[in-house]
Amino acid sequence: MSIEADAIDGADVNRRDFIHIATGSMLAVGGAMVAWPFIHQMNPSADVRALATIEVDLAALEPGMGMKAMFRGKPLFIRRRTDAEIAEAREVSMTSLPDPQADEERAQKAEYLVLLGVCTHLGCVPLGTGSGEKRGDYNGWFCPCHGSHYDTSGRIRKGPAPYNLEIPFYEYTSDTTIKVGKEV
Amino acid sequence: MAHNYQSKYQNPVINWIDTRLPIFWLVDTAVGAGHPTPKNLNYWWNFGSLAGLCLVIQLISGFVLAMHYTPHADMAFASVEHIMRDVNYGWRIRYIHANGASFFFVVVFIHIFRGLYYGSYKAPRELLWMLGVTILLLMMATAFMGYVLPWGQMSFWGATVITNLFSAVPFVGDSIVTLLWGGFSVDNPTLARFFSLHYLLPFVITGTVILHVWALNMPGSNNPSGIDVKGPQDTIPFHPYYTIKDVFGIAVFLAVFCAFVFFMPNALGHPDNYIPADPLATPSHIVPEWYFLPFYAILRAVPDKLLGVVAMFASIGVLFVLPWLDTSPVRSATFRPLYKKFFWIFIVVCFGLGWCGQADTDMPLIPFGEDEQAIAENIAARLPADSRAELLANVPGDLKVLETYATRAGMSEAAFERLVEKEKVTFDVLHLNRLLTAYYFFHFLVLIPLLGWFEKTRPLPESLSSPVLSPSAMPAE
Repeated sequence: MSIEADAIDGADVNRRDFIHIATGSMLAVGGAMVAWPFIHQMNPSADVRALATIEVDLAALEPGMGMKAMFRGKPLFIRRRTDAEIAEAREVSMTSLPDPQADEERAQKAEYLVLLGVCTHLGCVPLGTGSGEKRGDYNGWFCPCHGSHYDTSGRIRKGPAPYNLEIPFYEYTSDTTIKVGKEV
Repeated sequence: MAHNYQSKYQNPVINWIDTRLPIFWLVDTAVGAGHPTPKNLNYWWNFGSLAGLCLVIQLISGFVLAMHYTPHADMAFASVEHIMRDVNYGWRIRYIHANGASFFFVVVFIHIFRGLYYGSYKAPRELLWMLGVTILLLMMATAFMGYVLPWGQMSFWGATVITNLFSAVPFVGDSIVTLLWGGFSVDNPTLARFFSLHYLLPFVITGTVILHVWALNMPGSNNPSGIDVKGPQDTIPFHPYYTIKDVFGIAVFLAVFCAFVFFMPNALGHPDNYIPADPLATPSHIVPEWYFLPFYAILRAVPDKLLGVVAMFASIGVLFVLPWLDTSPVRSATFRPLYKKFFWIFIVVCFGLGWCGQADTDMPLIPFGEDEQAIAENIAARLPADSRAELLANVPGDLKVLETYATRAGMSEAAFERLVEKEKVTFDVLHLNRLLTAYYFFHFLVLIPLLGWFEKTRPLPESLSSPVLSPSAMPAE
């Protein structure tokens, strides 16, 4: 067997470089493929994802009543508003709102207001959904932690909270049933 | 590590750090270019770094599993199924961990046999060897407790059987077992503490591995010829020569490992462990995981409960004193013709013990016919006095003749056949098991000490370089 001189003294640089780069690349690709499952396992598992959507039956709600449901580990507020409450929400001038948004954009059907019950200040659960709870100065919701007042559209009106109460993604699956959340 | 150490690295940042905390120096001298290694290491020397890789695989997959597992008797089994079905890639991570344990033992067993063959346990590497045996013991404890965590039938009954080993301890045995269980049987407290210990022990293993590598770095690696390194001409730097050789070994290892993880992930496990633990029903055939089988066989070989447990622990304990049992000054089996033969016999015995560990003890292997004396005595007891004396005075070696006596004694044909069946003499699994167990200890306690005195060893080469460079060793043109 003959050994080429350049293979011994390292003059065959291109071939050796190729082997080094190929080895390094394989290690990098292989490492990434091994690493991904160990990272992805921290993302929500199938049983958690299965609870990404919930169905809520609104039929039992009378005008003026509210209800709470659990959605993705957080409270979901639904209020069947009276005509007076709807009118109150729609007559407000946009310029008086800290986070301006029309009530028409916040409720697919004016009657039913669907909100995430998480104060946009520091995450407390505002009062005002259950009967007898304090509703704040604007007849909507009141956060007891730091005194944020929300109106009958769930918009922030007074207090430290910066934004309106969040409207989750939902769609009507029948006249009185909604499916909240997007499947993931 | 001298005081006023001044790093020799060119890079100013590395130099600055290394002068204050010589971690670059440490890595370089442990597994880097600054670590001179015998130049003749063969592929059996890959299994040390492979064992290190296995430990890392177990640590990473293990702490990830702990994120999703619930150590509670009511929820553990379901949480493992949750990992298998719901957690993203949970099945893969669990199969990596379960098969990783088996592969860890494969690698470590080969690593140990390598040490036995090439005499790596002899001076000045006794402490290195003993730390290795300690790691094996820690691994066995860790693996056992890990196997309990899925809380299947094998988990539960394995835990029951193994913890009951300690009941063999005189006087305080039952108290020890109660202490281990945290109750009156294997139950939720047992599971919770096993989970805690299963998480703790790998850190103890890691610490012992660091000591093991440290103890390795003092004398340096042994080598296939077993003779000491005489100087720089006998060594090559660990990096890049052995790092690249280890990487190649790792690639081969991972190919085999992945074949198991992806194509036969349950081949090394037991299907009964997919049945939830039931304290009211023991599975008909309890076997430990395969890597415990030889030790389990040694346990079963001894008819006495306490002595069985003692023998099982002694089978590993004997490894601790091996450096002093071996009286031969020659390390490598290459130059020990007799030891080399006995080594391979010992390998076969270890595999034989493993086979015995999973077989039914009363399975017959070699039939020796029937015990005529016992049959005759049984029949004679039913005969009148004169015929009894005649039969016993002259026991016939023929079953046909015995049967005529049986008929005379009023035995039915079926009863006679049952009697013959009962008195069949065979060499069964338990006999083989005892033979191999005896040989296991004979190998360490008798053969190895004696071989050092009687064996005529082959002449050792002058140095690692000389067998290669001497004219007689040069290949013919």
